[in-house]
Amino acid sequence: MAANPDAAQAPPSDSTNHGVRVVVAWLVLSAIATPLVAIYVGPLIPPGNGSVEAQGQTFSNQVMTSFVTPVLCLMAVFFAYGLIKFHARRNEAVLDGPPLRNDARVQLLWIVITSVMVLFLAGFGTYELLKDGAGGGQGPNPIALPAGHKTAYPVQVIAQQWQFTYRYPALGGMESNQLVLPENRLVVFHVTSLDAVHSFWAYQLGVKADANPGVDNVAYVTTKGPLVFNVRCAELCGLWHGYMFNNGFVVPPARFARWAAHAQALYASIKPYVNRPADKGGAPLARSYLPQPTGRAG
Amino acid sequence: MRAGLKLLLIAIAVVAAGVIIGFYVSNLTTLAGSPAYSVPVQNVNGHPVVNLTIQTVAAVGPKLSQNPDWVSYLIQNSSGQWKRETVWDLPAHATVHVTIYNFDGASGLRNPYLARPQGMVGNRVLIDGKPANAIDPNDASHTFAVPALGIIVAVPGVADDAKNQCGYAPCPMSNAHRTIQFTFHTTAPGHYRWQCFVPCAAGWVFGFGGPMQTIGYMDGFLNVKA
Repeated sequence: MAANPDAAQAPPSDSTNHGVRVVVAWLVLSAIATPLVAIYVGPLIPPGNGSVEAQGQTFSNQVMTSFVTPVLCLMAVFFAYGLIKFHARRNEAVLDGPPLRNDARVQLLWIVITSVMVLFLAGFGTYELLKDGAGGGQGPNPIALPAGHKTAYPVQVIAQQWQFTYRYPALGGMESNQLVLPENRLVVFHVTSLDAVHSFWAYQLGVKADANPGVDNVAYVTTKGPLVFNVRCAELCGLWHGYMFNNGFVVPPARFARWAAHAQALYASIKPYVNRPADKGGAPLARSYLPQPTGRAG
Repeated sequence: MRAGLKLLLIAIAVVAAGVIIGFYVSNLTTLAGSPAYSVPVQNVNGHPVVNLTIQTVAAVGPKLSQNPDWVSYLIQNSSGQWKRETVWDLPAHATVHVTIYNFDGASGLRNPYLARPQGMVGNRVLIDGKPANAIDPNDASHTFAVPALGIIVAVPGVADDAKNQCGYAPCPMSNAHRTIQFTFHTTAPGHYRWQCFVPCAAGWVFGFGGPMQTIGYMDGFLNVKA
């Protein structure tokens, strides 16, 4: 009686329940790693604690990173277990493994778990965004309005190639090349551009808003204590894009008042020119600017 | 060829390409091939003092550029020659006396606020010998601005109907021009870019292409050294 050739090729039987081993290892690793990530890594994730919105973003990043940790653990355990347990040994014949069969329970579990996670994160993210705008630019008609938004301190951010300047409507439209904000105050940024597309990114404040010519992009932020923060352009805008940065300051109200008085004194000499009608070369305070090309431009 | 050797050669090629691209980008973003000019330094009572004499011209001319119609800044070297070099070595914590001779007409500022001089000693400039703390933004021909040092100087233009206007640079002092003078202090050592904010690049979209986007014309660096 001839031997069955398929039987000769079959891999050796293995009664070990690899699935249980992987799941147990995953659960143990996740139980250790997730709290560690949530407690020690999460708070270190940018943008930090510079404003209420930045704090909210850090919290959101903390939650999402904590959720991702078990997924990463599963991948790491699966990969490591596979490498250790199933790698081909030297001079070992390469044999095909047993055929994979559908397992409805595994598929169902996979779909349910991933769906719940994605839906939770989507809901969580949407809630966090709608709660107060999360420091993002919301366009000219924002829908995520923080409490007290009607009394927010307005600051207009004017981008141009390659510098940001700032106008203070509450200070008579005074413009400055310094961004100084009062502490513990809800501030509303009106972000616009005089030429190309830029992006106003006040990193430690957790504010990022596109600066488009002719558009008033509104972003809210609630400042906290004294702070020096970085402002950068986050949209490639030409030769000096990489140099389009400066520092902003959150200061106590008294210091803000002193700075405002000094800046207004500096501004006084140019104010009559700026406040002229636009057709006479002025730029009276407006929510957005769309300057025409000058006579020399093509 | 063995697979390992192939992989090694590919890795070496990728690393070499990365290094070459890195050097290119580094050069582009720092000097862009523009030579640095070391401005002569005088020592006055132990304090470094620099006289920076520059001119702005509507057309740089064929002697100084392959783009003769481009607007440009020029610097006067110690032998009195005008050079199209916009990367300047300056000492740290020095007093810098700047004289700008502008031979170009007005274009007007896109942001009128920048017509208010600031960041220099006294926050004012001398225009044709007279002190000024603002100019009409419509009359601005160029600016000399170093944003990281807070310096903004708007340079008024030559009147459109002025006689004896300069054609190609370098422009002699007998041509119609405006003279702007101011003094500023350099700070700590660093690499500070300077630029013109007036959209003065004739023939380019919104006046901000070509010479406005090329180091060696309307942009440059102050290499402030210890």
